[in-house]
Amino acid sequence: MVKGVRFRDHEVVGGILDLARRYRDEGADELVFYDITASPEGRSVDRDWVARVAEVLDIPFCVAGGIRSVEDAEAVLAAGAEKVSVNTPALERPALIEELADRFGSQCVVVGIDSQATAEGWQVHRYTGDPQRSGPAARHTLDWLREAQQRGAGEIVLNCMNADGTRDGYDLEQLARAREQCKVPLIASGGAGSMDHFAEVFRKAAVNGALAASVFHRGNIAIPELKAFLRESGIEVRI
Amino acid sequence: MIVDSGGANIASLRHALGRLGVEARLSAKAADLASAERVILPGVGAAGNAMRRLREAGLDAVIPTLRQPVLGICLGMQLLFERSEEGGVDCLGVLPGIARRILPDEGLAVPHMGWNQLQWPAPHPLLNEVAPGSYVYFVHSYAVPPGGCTLATCEYGSPLSAVVGQGNFFGMQFHPERSAEAGARLLRNFLDLEPCN
Repeated sequence: MVKGVRFRDHEVVGGILDLARRYRDEGADELVFYDITASPEGRSVDRDWVARVAEVLDIPFCVAGGIRSVEDAEAVLAAGAEKVSVNTPALERPALIEELADRFGSQCVVVGIDSQATAEGWQVHRYTGDPQRSGPAARHTLDWLREAQQRGAGEIVLNCMNADGTRDGYDLEQLARAREQCKVPLIASGGAGSMDHFAEVFRKAAVNGALAASVFHRGNIAIPELKAFLRESGIEVRI
Repeated sequence: MIVDSGGANIASLRHALGRLGVEARLSAKAADLASAERVILPGVGAAGNAMRRLREAGLDAVIPTLRQPVLGICLGMQLLFERSEEGGVDCLGVLPGIARRILPDEGLAVPHMGWNQLQWPAPHPLLNEVAPGSYVYFVHSYAVPPGGCTLATCEYGSPLSAVVGQGNFFGMQFHPERSAEAGARLLRNFLDLEPCN
C-alpha cells in the first residue's frame, strides 16, 4: 500500500513532517510526496524538505514532481529518498527514463502516468498539476506504459483520472488491461473510497500496490483497519 | 563508523542510527576503520564498481582483518562473500558463498523490491526481540543462497539469505534503515553485539 501526500508550496514543511510521521506510525508501507506545482512552473522540487523527511521516516519514500534530469534525481536520492517518480518531464523527453535507470538502477525509477478515458481510448495527460495547462499528451496509455518499461522504468503508477477523486473505486478495467502489459510492479491510483475498493483492486486487477490520498487525509479510512481488513480478505499485507 | 562507499543509502543509514542515539562517523580511510568500535559497510549499485572503490581506498585488504563487529548492508552484505556473479567480481571473501542473480520465476519481478518476511531456524543475538515473520524492505537483483552462515532467510521464488553472520562479520540483504520498527530493532541488536576477539 502506498500513501500519496500531495502538497503545494504554501503548505509548511512542518505539516508534511507531521503527516509523514503519522502515516508511518499507522503502518503505511511507502509514502509518495507529490510537489504538484513543480512541473507546470518549470522548476524542480525544493530539496530541503526531502532531507527533513528522510530524517524522520524509516520507511521508503518516493519524490514526485519536477524531476527533469539526472542531477535533480541525484539530489533527491542523496537526501534520502528511495525513488523518484517522473511524469510530465518523461513525456516531453522520454530518454530521461533511460538516463535515470542507467545512473541509479530501474528500482529507483517510477514512471507516473495520468490516464484519461476518451472516445479514442485511454490517453495520457500531462501537466495535471495545473488546471490551466493540463491536457492530452497525444499518446495512448498502454503504448506509453510499454515504452516506459522498455526505457527502464522499475515501477508504474497508473492514475486513472476518470476515477480520481470520485471515491467510487479504482478503474478495474483499465488497471487489469495495464496489468497485462506491465512486467514491473504496477501501482493503482485514483478512486479509492472504501476498504472494499482496495480488496477489489488487488484481487481483480492484480496490482502490486494501491495508492490513495484523500481517504486517508480526510480520515475516512484508517490504515490499521484497512490492513486488517485486507489480511482477512486473503490479501498479503505487512502488519 | 560507516564506510564511505558512495552509496545513496548513506544518508538514510545515518538518520536511522541517529534515531537510535548513535552519531555515526563516515570515512573511507583504513586507519579510521581499524580503530572504529563497529563498522557498517553500506552499498547500493553494482558489485564491480563497489569493489573497485574499496580497492582504490585500500579497504579490500583492511576489512578482512577487522576484529570488531562489521555489518554489510544490501550490496555491502554481498561484498563480504567470496564472489558476485554481478560482473563476475571477486569480493572480500570473509563469508563463504557467492552472490547469484535472482532468476525471474513465474511472475516474480527482478529486482526483488518491497517488503518481505524474515524467517529463521534458530535464535541469534542479532535477531533478538524481532518477531519471526517480520517484514523488512528489500531492493536487490542478486542474492546469496542459504548456506552455513545464513541466520535468517526470506522467500522470493526460492529462499535467499536475508541475515548472515560468522565470527565478527554480519550482513543484511534488506535495508534495515528503511524497515520501520523491525529494521530499527535489527540495527539496535547489531550495536548491542559484544565485540568479539
